[in-house]
Amino acid sequence: MTSLNELTLAEARDGLKAKDFSATDLTRAHLDAMEKARALNAYLVETPDRALAMAEAADTRIASGEARPLEGIPLGIKDLFCTEGVATTAGSKILEGFTPAYESAVTANLWRDGAVMLGKLNLDEFAMGSSNETSAYGDVVSPWRRAGSDAKLVPGGSSGGSAAAVAAHLCLGATATDTGGSIRQPAAFTGTVGIKPTYGRCSRWGTVAYASSLDQAGPIARTVRDCAILLGSMAGADARDTTCADLPVPDFEAAVARGVKGLTIGIPKEYRVAGMSAEIQALWDRGAAMLKDAGATVREISLPHTPYALPAYYIVAPAEASSNLARYDGVRYGLRVPGKDIAGMYENTRAAGFGREVKRRIMIGTYVLSAGYYDAYYVRAQKIRTLIKRDFEQAYAAGVDAILTPATPSAAFGIGEKGSGDPVEMYLQDVFTITVNMAGLPGISVPAGLDAQGLPLGLQLIGRPFDEETLFAAAQVIEDATGRTRLPAAWWA
Amino acid sequence: MTAAVNPKKLIKGGLHDWEVVIGMEIHAQVTSRSKLFSGASTEFGGEPNDHVSLVDAAMPGMLPVINEACVAQAVRTGLGLKAQINHRSVFDRKNYFYPDLPQGYQISQFKDPIVGEGEVLVDLPDGESITVGIERLHLEQDAGKSLHDQNPTQSFVDLNRSGVALMEIVSRPDLRSSEEARAYVTKLRTILRYLGTCDGDMEKGSLRADVNVSVRRVGDPLGTRCEIKNVNSIRFIGQAIETEARRQIAIIEDGGTISQETRLFDPGKGETRSMRSKEEAHDYRYFPDPDLLPLEFDQAYVDALAAGLPELPDAKKARFIASYGLSPYDAGVLIAERASADYFEAVAKGRDGKAAANWVINELFGRLNKEGHSIETSPVSADQLGAIVDLIGEGVISGKIAKDLFEIVWSEGGDPRQIVDARGLKQVTDTGAIEAAVDEIIARNPEKVAQAREKPTLLGWFVGQTMKATGGKANPAAVNALLKAKLGIE
Repeated sequence: MTSLNELTLAEARDGLKAKDFSATDLTRAHLDAMEKARALNAYLVETPDRALAMAEAADTRIASGEARPLEGIPLGIKDLFCTEGVATTAGSKILEGFTPAYESAVTANLWRDGAVMLGKLNLDEFAMGSSNETSAYGDVVSPWRRAGSDAKLVPGGSSGGSAAAVAAHLCLGATATDTGGSIRQPAAFTGTVGIKPTYGRCSRWGTVAYASSLDQAGPIARTVRDCAILLGSMAGADARDTTCADLPVPDFEAAVARGVKGLTIGIPKEYRVAGMSAEIQALWDRGAAMLKDAGATVREISLPHTPYALPAYYIVAPAEASSNLARYDGVRYGLRVPGKDIAGMYENTRAAGFGREVKRRIMIGTYVLSAGYYDAYYVRAQKIRTLIKRDFEQAYAAGVDAILTPATPSAAFGIGEKGSGDPVEMYLQDVFTITVNMAGLPGISVPAGLDAQGLPLGLQLIGRPFDEETLFAAAQVIEDATGRTRLPAAWWA
Repeated sequence: MTAAVNPKKLIKGGLHDWEVVIGMEIHAQVTSRSKLFSGASTEFGGEPNDHVSLVDAAMPGMLPVINEACVAQAVRTGLGLKAQINHRSVFDRKNYFYPDLPQGYQISQFKDPIVGEGEVLVDLPDGESITVGIERLHLEQDAGKSLHDQNPTQSFVDLNRSGVALMEIVSRPDLRSSEEARAYVTKLRTILRYLGTCDGDMEKGSLRADVNVSVRRVGDPLGTRCEIKNVNSIRFIGQAIETEARRQIAIIEDGGTISQETRLFDPGKGETRSMRSKEEAHDYRYFPDPDLLPLEFDQAYVDALAAGLPELPDAKKARFIASYGLSPYDAGVLIAERASADYFEAVAKGRDGKAAANWVINELFGRLNKEGHSIETSPVSADQLGAIVDLIGEGVISGKIAKDLFEIVWSEGGDPRQIVDARGLKQVTDTGAIEAAVDEIIARNPEKVAQAREKPTLLGWFVGQTMKATGGKANPAAVNALLKAKLGIE
């Protein structure tokens, strides 16, 4: 029999409902798996007492027929979401010792629906990274290995802990966030499904900010359906975040079975970037064929400003980050390193508290906003952003329902392999995902097969604003055609 | 630019006459129950850090939400300044590090303020008026307060004010003397208080001024300006300008040049001193706050607010002059505070406006000032003062008795008519009684009578004696007439 932690979220939900097992059993199975998987360094904090208390409460509700949508479902929480009474670090030393007195909107929604919190998941520091190597609390190790190799691989980032935990059955699903690809790239690297919903679908209240105009929360789970279930609980209007859309949350799970018959899928020619591997090209073609076979029309489209997205992102995101991270000054919470005066305290605290990548982005951001450079960088980047958005609008106006692209330029790479010399090498990881954040659109990454070394590869579907439903429907077609990804054997246990 | 220069306003230097050019940035705290972007209270006072929300303390993940009441106040103020109301404005972040600025940035409006160009009509004490251009008004957050005197080695921070809404009202450099500057701030304060958008209390810091001062010889282009930060009383504004203008003149006449800088005024020492130079000026790295959408509203919203505006000082003054026949000066005094104007109108209702104005300005205001009362806490109500004015008008009491009556009402209260009855303050109009008194005085002072026939101005002495003899209650007109007749004076 499958261990309880290897069920899908939907299976677990149905099993709980049918009283095949208890929420406590389900939670214990996860806590046991987490304990055995510490080598992956996916969890920064485990909260077993809280988890068991929540599971027990869930069992009581299930017994009395008052189960809520996620009753008893154990989840991992990316450590960017503030959790009341549980340390929250954003993967940074600068927030060492910080325990919020409040619960983020997204996690509060999950607990409202009965979910169980297993702990806080590792991430790149302040969500800045594509490999989970910038975390101040150590690298996350992917549960995947190349065939015949025991080299440690990255799980992707910044939601590396979330993706690794989901892939290694250390939770049924996890919260994640995506500013330039931080949900979709790790999902692709770990054979899991991740959706970045439309900007404004989930409240940002209580989530540590990286780049406010791009940040968006979403789930990572093992199936498309599980993602749909989770997003349904995470999303929703919130008056505390004025950028959060005041829209009802559709029944995402119902959309999973819709199919793609009659839909038009666009294949953007600009995504066929120079140096794209034959393997990725083949994957992309295979995805297109799957959708076509299921009744969709597939046609080539043009998104001409795509090549400018990555450079523009690395102006806008650091600019916002340089300002968002100014509050970490050692005055009110987190790390404080004394200095001879207030400026000395700021400098010492921030020098010791922030890691290299965070410092780099703060410096880039400060530079591009400086007098004399603002117009040349920030203003132009915003113009590019408008043009990128318009590219998508025109494609959708021409009848395209969703756009298919690869999720990443390659499969997962080894820890320490990329970016140590040239940070741009790492930034290129997000070349396919970043446009989606710049345009505020929803994007989903779904596994579509393995590469020659046996590592998962993902495809990305990009949708109209607030049309996550079409993405779930199309991703389900790919998931069905690909078959559920075989997850790695538990070499770590 | 080529407005006529008033020679009286020039400052005499050692070598030349100098014109001082002043522009002001007024920070006015918006009257609202909660802060600009959080629900925390704006109440003045309270223990340090009592009125601080998670947003104000810039806890991780906290987001600002615009307070609609503050937006309405800014629009109302813009309307009061006859200014352009911008239907779309943008909040920007002004980035700098300071312990009392928890976010590491102030949310302000840089490129697209909520209110654009307007103007303020300012009356000067000499009866002249000037129009001061308003460049813009924008909304921004106040900072907290650093407390340096609580601990020998550390500074403490009080965030009660952090995030309170301010309106920054920027004038054009249209002011030409410290007197004009003081009159401008006074008038602006009056407008704000009429609108109820700022209490104007400079002692509590609800209204602060940054004053830009430069000097030039008449006809020259504008000189280099210095900004004097955070001047917190109208008197100090005047002093700071005088001090700074003279400092600049002395430097230039000595062959030096003014360097653009930010200065502080020290009222104790009567000097301004450098705070930071242009080179040390912050690069604030303004950019639109991505946590906030642009602020947008339609004309209907503006119209609704306009419809709810009270009568503003200029309109009220014109009406007082037209309907009550007041002098511009008296009208100006009465409208300086909305409560005073309301009080006056209550007294003047159905009565002679000029008489009412005299009593309110001369007797009541004089007494209120002396005792440190405000019009709101006046011991004499408008009804009471109105009754006193009526009693004079009806000839029941003389002006002199009225002053005594005012004293009684001030200190003891009560209905003036009843007091007059109860204490026998009615003036004597019975000519028989007055005649008896007059006859007696004439009989006792034959020399004076003879003199008076030669020198009619002595009539006053007889009037005085008669009033004294009748305990001040004699009707002065009757006394005059009788004396003239009896003394044979025309």
